[in-house]
Amino acid sequence: MSTSSSGPGTATQPPGRGPVRSGSPRTSRTARNHAPITLTGLLVKVVLLGLVAGIAVWAAFPLIEAELWVGLAVLLATTAGLFYLYLTPRHIPVKYLIPGTLFLVAFQIIPVLYTASTAFTNFGDGHRGSKDDAIVAIQSGSVTQVPGSVQYPLTVATKGDPATGALVFLVTDPQTNTVSVGDTEGLRPLDAGSVTVAPGGKVTAADGYQILNFGEASTRSKDITDMVVPTSGGALRSSGLSRAYEGKAVRAYDAGCDCIRDSETGKTWTADGKVGSFVAADGETLAQGWQVNVGLRNFADVLTDPAISGPFFSTLIWNFAFALGSTGFTFLLGMGIALALHSPRMRGTNFYRVLLILPYAMPSFAMLLVWRDMFNTDFGLINNLFGLGVDWFGETWSARLAVLLVQLWLGYPYMFLVTTGALQAIPRELTEATSVDGASPFQSFRAVTMPLLLVAISPLLIASFAYNFNNFNAIQFVTEGGPFPADNPTAGATDLLITYTYRLAFGAQGAEYGLAAAVSIFIFAIVATVSAISFSRTRKQEEVYS
Amino acid sequence: MRIRTAGVVAVLGLALAASGCGGDSNDEPAAKESSKAATGGKLVIWADDKRAAALKPFGEKFGKENGVTVEVQAVSKDLQTNFVTASQQGSGPDVVVGAHDWIGNLVQNGAIDPVQLAAEQKSAFNETAVKAVTFNGQLYGVPYAMENLALIRNTELAPEAPKTIEDLVAAGKKLKAEKKASEILCLQSGQNGDAYHIYPLYTSAGGYLFGTAANGDYDPKDLGVGKPESIAAFQKIAKLGEKGEGALKRSITGENSIATFTGKKCAFLVSGPWAIADAKKANIKYDISPVPGFAGGKEAQPFVGVQSFYVAAKGQNKALAQEFVANHVTTPDLAMALYNAEPRPPALTAALDQVKGSDPDLAKFQEAGKNGQVLPAIPAMAAIWDPFGKAEAAIIGGADPAKTITAAGKTIAGQIK
Repeated sequence: MSTSSSGPGTATQPPGRGPVRSGSPRTSRTARNHAPITLTGLLVKVVLLGLVAGIAVWAAFPLIEAELWVGLAVLLATTAGLFYLYLTPRHIPVKYLIPGTLFLVAFQIIPVLYTASTAFTNFGDGHRGSKDDAIVAIQSGSVTQVPGSVQYPLTVATKGDPATGALVFLVTDPQTNTVSVGDTEGLRPLDAGSVTVAPGGKVTAADGYQILNFGEASTRSKDITDMVVPTSGGALRSSGLSRAYEGKAVRAYDAGCDCIRDSETGKTWTADGKVGSFVAADGETLAQGWQVNVGLRNFADVLTDPAISGPFFSTLIWNFAFALGSTGFTFLLGMGIALALHSPRMRGTNFYRVLLILPYAMPSFAMLLVWRDMFNTDFGLINNLFGLGVDWFGETWSARLAVLLVQLWLGYPYMFLVTTGALQAIPRELTEATSVDGASPFQSFRAVTMPLLLVAISPLLIASFAYNFNNFNAIQFVTEGGPFPADNPTAGATDLLITYTYRLAFGAQGAEYGLAAAVSIFIFAIVATVSAISFSRTRKQEEVYS
Repeated sequence: MRIRTAGVVAVLGLALAASGCGGDSNDEPAAKESSKAATGGKLVIWADDKRAAALKPFGEKFGKENGVTVEVQAVSKDLQTNFVTASQQGSGPDVVVGAHDWIGNLVQNGAIDPVQLAAEQKSAFNETAVKAVTFNGQLYGVPYAMENLALIRNTELAPEAPKTIEDLVAAGKKLKAEKKASEILCLQSGQNGDAYHIYPLYTSAGGYLFGTAANGDYDPKDLGVGKPESIAAFQKIAKLGEKGEGALKRSITGENSIATFTGKKCAFLVSGPWAIADAKKANIKYDISPVPGFAGGKEAQPFVGVQSFYVAAKGQNKALAQEFVANHVTTPDLAMALYNAEPRPPALTAALDQVKGSDPDLAKFQEAGKNGQVLPAIPAMAAIWDPFGKAEAAIIGGADPAKTITAAGKTIAGQIK
C-alpha cells in the first residue's frame, strides 16, 4: 500500500546519493538530473519496467480473448503511463506516490465499487447469467426423448478432413440393422456393402467417410452436441459419442412475444425484465432467470422487510456491546498484566511473557472451535472441571458471556504486548518524580502513566473496536449466532450484523449477493461513522495531553 | 548524457518487454496448439478428495483407451458453490461429481445439462436412485452410490435391536442407571438442530416436508411444516427432549456424536455409512438396523441421498463428457472403484450384488433405507434446513412445539418464492 523504498521510485535516487537531498529542493532537483546513472539504479529500473511490460503482455491475452476492450484500454493506458513516468526525469513526487495509489485502486476502490454496483442488482442463485444463458438453459433442459423411440449406436464421421470436414452421424437401426447417414438435411440409408458394422451395431468403416475416434471427435465437441438430424418424430441428437437418441425440444423461445412456449402444454412464460425471470400468467416462474438491475429494491428490502429490519436494531445494540466488551476487557486484562510485569520487583518476567504470548500464537480459527467444544453442556471441559450444569449456548446471557470470555482469552495477549511496548516508552523518571512528590503508586498511575499510555494506545483500541465490530469468526465458529428464539430462526442472541447478514445472503436458502451487498454497505456506513467519531475524539484528547 | 541514458533505458526496457512478449508469443502458439488438442481431447472432472483419488486411475484408463486426456481435479471445499461460480465464468469442468440434492440449484443456475440414458441402462440402477436424480421429468445425473441413516448399536451394551423408540429409550435408560453408558441415544442435534438426522423420527410421528404432485415430484406449494401433522410430530419428539426423557439433547452435536458412541458413552447411534470406519477403528462390536419409529406410529423413513455424476452445461467438451457419464459411469467397474475408495452402497444393482457378500454392513444399510424418502432436490428444499433445524433444537430444549413449529413453517413459506 505504501510507496515502499524498494519500489521503482528508488531508481531515480541511486543508492549512496543521499547527501544530494540535504540541499534545498530546487538545487537538489537539478543535481539529481545531472547525477550520473549508476549501473544498479539502471538495472533496477530496467527489471521493474520489464516486469510491468511482462505483466501487461500476460494480462492482455485473456482480455483480448474475452473481447474486453475497455479493460484492455485501461491496461494499455496504465502501462504506457508507468513507462512515461519512470523514463522521464520529471514528476518526482508522483514517482513515489503512484505504486501505492495503484494498489489502493486495485485492492480497495475497485472491490468497493463492485460491491456497490452489485447492491443494485438481483445477482444470486437463479439470477447469475445473462438472459441468453437462461434461454439456452431452458431450451436444452427441455429436450426429451420421443416416447417409444429407440436409441441408436452412433459413429461420428466426416466427409474429408477429420478436423474441418462436414460432420455426419452414422447410425444403425437396432431393429433392422440398416445403417443410415444423417446430417442437417435428414437421414438417408447407406448401402450395406459400403459399410463395416461391428457386433454391437457400431459402424467401424464406411466408404467416402472418415470415422472419427474419441480424440478426434472430441476436438469437434461443440459441433457434435449442436448437431441435430431432423426426423419425422423429432430429431436425432447425440448422447455422448457412441449413442444417438430421438428427442425434441419441448420449450422454445419466441422473440416475437419475448416468451418461452411449451409445445406440449401450450403454456407460455413471458419475460419480466423487472425481476429477471420468465413468468406465466398464473404466476409460475421458470427456475432459470437472469441478472437485472433492480434499482434501490435491495436497500428498500433491508429497511422495510420486517424479517430483516425487525431484528436489525437489537442486533446492532448487541454488536456494539460485543465490540466494546471484547476490546475493553482484553485491554483491561492485558494492561493489568503488563503493569504487573513492568514492576521492577518482578522476577522471571521473560518466562511469564512467553507464557502469555501463547494464546496469541495459536491460530484463532482452531482455538475458537476448541472453545466451542469446551462450553458443551454435557461433554465440555468447563462444566466438567467446575462441576457445573450450565447450558452455555442455550441461554441468551450465558451464550453472550461465553463469547466474551473466548474473546478475552484470544485478545488479551495482544493488548498485553502493545501496553508493554507503550509502557517502556514512558520514562521511569516521571513516575519516580511523582513518588518523590509523595504521590501513591495509584495516583501516579492515574495522573501520569495512564494518560500517556492512552495517547499511544487509543488508535489501536479504535482499530481493535472496528475489527471486533465485524469479527465474523468469533461468532460463526463458536455459537453460529445462537441461541435463537423459538419463533425466529433468522436472528440469534449473539448474532453480529455481519453474521446476520451472512445468513441472509449465503444462508441455507441460497445465495443472494445483491441483498448481501446492500446490507454490507449499511454496515460499512456504520463502521465508518463510528471510526470517524472516535478518531476525531482521540485527536482532541491528544491535543489536551500534548 | 540525459538523452543517452533515456535511450539506453528505453531500448533495454523495450528489449525486455519484447523478450517477455517474444516468450509469450513463442509460447502462445504452442500453448494454443496443446490447449486446442487439450480442449479437444481433454476431459476435466471435479470431485471431492476421496472420490477424485478413486476416479484418477479409472480416468487414466478411459483416457488411454480412447486417445484423450482425463484430468481429475480434487476440490476439497464448497464444491457446489465453486462449480456454479466457475461454470458461470466459463472456467468450469466438463463433469462434476456431487450429491443429488444439488440438482435444483444447479439447474436454476443453468450449470448442468440433462443426460439421456437408454431404458436398459436406467433399469440397471436402483429405482430410488434414478428417481432421485430426476428433476422436472429429466434425468440430470448418473447415480453411483446411495446413503441413508440407520441405527448403529453397540452389541455389547445392547444385544437386541429395539423395535420402537420407546424400547430404545427404556434400554438406554437401563444402561444409564447401571452406569454402563452416560447417554441414552446419540442422535446429533446441536444448538441449531439437524433436520437430516431428526427426519426418521419426524416421519414416524406423522410429519412430512412436502406433499407430492401428480407426477410423483415433490410439490413446493404443499408445505408440511407448520401443519397439524408436524405439530403432533414435534409434540412426540419434545417428549424425548431435555425436559422429557432426555434421549435427545442439544449437547450432542455433529462433531461429538460418533466419538461419544465409539467412546462407549452411548449404546445407540443414528448415523450413516460414514460412521462405520470410526466404529471399526475403535473396535466396537456393532450391528446395524433400521431407525426405529414410535410405537403405534408410522414407519421411520430416513432421507436417501444419492451421489452422482453431472455433465456441465458450459464445459469445453460436452460430447466427451456425455460419453463418459452416459456410457462409462454406468459400468460396474467404476462403481466398484468408487466403493473401494469409500464404502457406500453402489446405486448400480450389479455392483451392489458384487459387494454385498463381502460387506454385510452395506446390505444392512440398504435394508434400513429401503423405505426411505428421496431427499428432495427441489430448490425450495434449501429453505427448509435452517428454520426446521432451529425449531427442532428449540423444541428439544423445551420450547412449546405448536408455537415454534408454526413460526418455522411461516419462515419457510416466506422464503419459498
